[in-house]
Amino acid sequence: MAVKTKRSTQIAVTLLGWGIALWLFFPIFWMILTGFKGEVEAVSSPPKLLFMPTLSSYAEVFERASYWHFALNTVVVSVGATVAALLLAIPAAYSMAFMPSKRTRGTLLWMLSTRMLPPVGVLVPIYLLARNTHLLDTRTGLAIVDMLTNLPIIVWMLFTFFREVPAPILEAGRMDGATRWQEMTMVLLPLALPGIASTALLSLILCWNEAFWSLNLTSSNAAPLTAFIASFSSPEGLFFGKLSAASTLAVAPILIFGWISQKQLVRGLTFGAVK
Amino acid sequence: MSRLKSLCALTLLLSGSVLSSAHAAGTLTIATVNNGDMIVMRQLSSEFEKAHPDIHLNWVTLEENVLRQRVTTDIAMKTGQFDVVTIGNYEVPIWAKQGWLTELKPDAAYDVNDVLPSVRDALTSDGKLYALPFYAESVMTYYRKDLFQKAGLTMPEDPTYDQIRQFADKITDKSGQVYGICLRGKPGWGENMAYVDSLANTYGAQWFDMSWKPLLTSDAWKKALTWYVSTLKEDGPPGATSNGFNENLALFASGHCGIWIDSTVAGGLLFDPKQSQVADKVGFATAPKGPYGKGPTWLWAWSLAVPVSSHQSADAQTFITWATSKEYVKLVADRKGWVAVPAGTRASTYATPEYQQAAPFASFVLNAIKTADPNGQTAQPRPYTGAQFVGIPEFQAMGTQVGQTVAATLSGQMTVDQALASAQSSVTRSLRQSGRAR
Repeated sequence: MAVKTKRSTQIAVTLLGWGIALWLFFPIFWMILTGFKGEVEAVSSPPKLLFMPTLSSYAEVFERASYWHFALNTVVVSVGATVAALLLAIPAAYSMAFMPSKRTRGTLLWMLSTRMLPPVGVLVPIYLLARNTHLLDTRTGLAIVDMLTNLPIIVWMLFTFFREVPAPILEAGRMDGATRWQEMTMVLLPLALPGIASTALLSLILCWNEAFWSLNLTSSNAAPLTAFIASFSSPEGLFFGKLSAASTLAVAPILIFGWISQKQLVRGLTFGAVK
Repeated sequence: MSRLKSLCALTLLLSGSVLSSAHAAGTLTIATVNNGDMIVMRQLSSEFEKAHPDIHLNWVTLEENVLRQRVTTDIAMKTGQFDVVTIGNYEVPIWAKQGWLTELKPDAAYDVNDVLPSVRDALTSDGKLYALPFYAESVMTYYRKDLFQKAGLTMPEDPTYDQIRQFADKITDKSGQVYGICLRGKPGWGENMAYVDSLANTYGAQWFDMSWKPLLTSDAWKKALTWYVSTLKEDGPPGATSNGFNENLALFASGHCGIWIDSTVAGGLLFDPKQSQVADKVGFATAPKGPYGKGPTWLWAWSLAVPVSSHQSADAQTFITWATSKEYVKLVADRKGWVAVPAGTRASTYATPEYQQAAPFASFVLNAIKTADPNGQTAQPRPYTGAQFVGIPEFQAMGTQVGQTVAATLSGQMTVDQALASAQSSVTRSLRQSGRAR
């Protein structure tokens, strides 16, 4: 009886898991499907599941905008912001995890609190700063803002991962004559690599999908894929087919990247969860 | 250690490519929206670059509201990111008064007198021209000839709102997903309020009297809004509060609407078989008239202007003069066909027999634009201009707020009386806060 109950629970949990996964994936599925429809079919009511697929939306998207220019900007800004954030966050998290002071907890909470402010609240000062430092519509400007936006989360994640590394291992290194720098780079980083990798992946995804600052601080030279998607919305005329095609093109690289690296991502996120 | 070195090398590499983006000299940056006519302009702009090899064009296409916000920020902060901006006749006089736009003096070859007077006037402030019209639109009635024939109805050339209601009642077939009428219901000053203002004007309603006292609780407003709400509830599609121009275009083009009253720009889209399943069944008439019968109707001109913050003002003026010229119209006709030429701006376009033949709705559009008259007569004298909007800076926020109240009546959250009382009080408050009224 107990075995039967256990099995039916397992089936129920599996079904629930699949149901949630499909529910979460459905908008992406529908977006991909709509990209292969003509404009009239894309907005037909009731929505069509069976239709003659066409590449016309993709053809128009490629004709109208330089996808590769936007994609390159996204890659450069996302990777640049992630690398810069890690360079700042690793020493910060290291010092807070292994040399805590009475203000460490407060500092961590304060950093996280900066994420609670709606970005539009600081739009004007950041816009003015970018203008005065000639960073408007530059990859550097966007990368700095993306880096600063994600820094609190990255520090928090790294702090959590570093706390899982037993302090005696670092002490052993120190006893063998390692400097602080050597201790961090040669002992801590290799041990916490899965955690750092998953943090970097998360930062990359957040930067890739960031739209608010991209739309406000860039126009053409440094405009990333989020600006590319927005350019296909139209106040007068049907655009869902083209918008879906553009969105599919914009999310495809990060989706594929996430798919390939999901093992590392999950491993990193559960790093140290079970000792 | 080698990992660390690789990391540093990657960072340096990225810093190099991160820093490499910069504005090139001799490049005009044009901010525009993703409308069909603008897409054609962008495609044909290579001809301009061929004729002006020292000018390179850089296009920034943005969603309408983002464009408005970005361009306002850019001009107000004198950043100079954009050399040419796409704006409407709502912004032009307001921005001109702020000193944000460069005065334009096109030469004789441009033939500024060929631009339709109502459009030219809408882009003029204190006798000075501040933008050149790219395409303009007014309002008209579209209907399904086949449904009218089936119901034994005939649409007059100049229908009244009472007649429209009767027709909509008769052709509505909710079980067959055919709705008698489709109207804008999505809240926003440029969405539902564009239509509702136009409707209110012909009912004799207006926003303010000469002392800026809001008149939103007047009998005329009540009658106009009652018509709108009851007609859409009885004969409109479900979820009308989500429907703006594009949603109604999709509904009409896929055969779900019997009548649609909206911008004249829809004509070219509905008659295009690639975009419309009812291209051969569309009939058209003028915008319906209400009890007042007069009043400004609707005029919107997507226009090109040069902000004073532009560092390349002369080149920018050369470009906008080309993009709104007779030669450009001819170029579009040669490359894309007459039906694709920008509508509503030049008398010479409407005088061309090929255009009249290609666009059967042309004479209606011309008449609608000529008679739109944003400065026209209202039941009482008014201190502002504008047909489907009020030409004051506060209107964007105010119009959207009232638009939300109007949408609340459609969704049944408020009665017409409650909505108008709420609109009256929110508008009074906004005007007090801005210092326009005491």
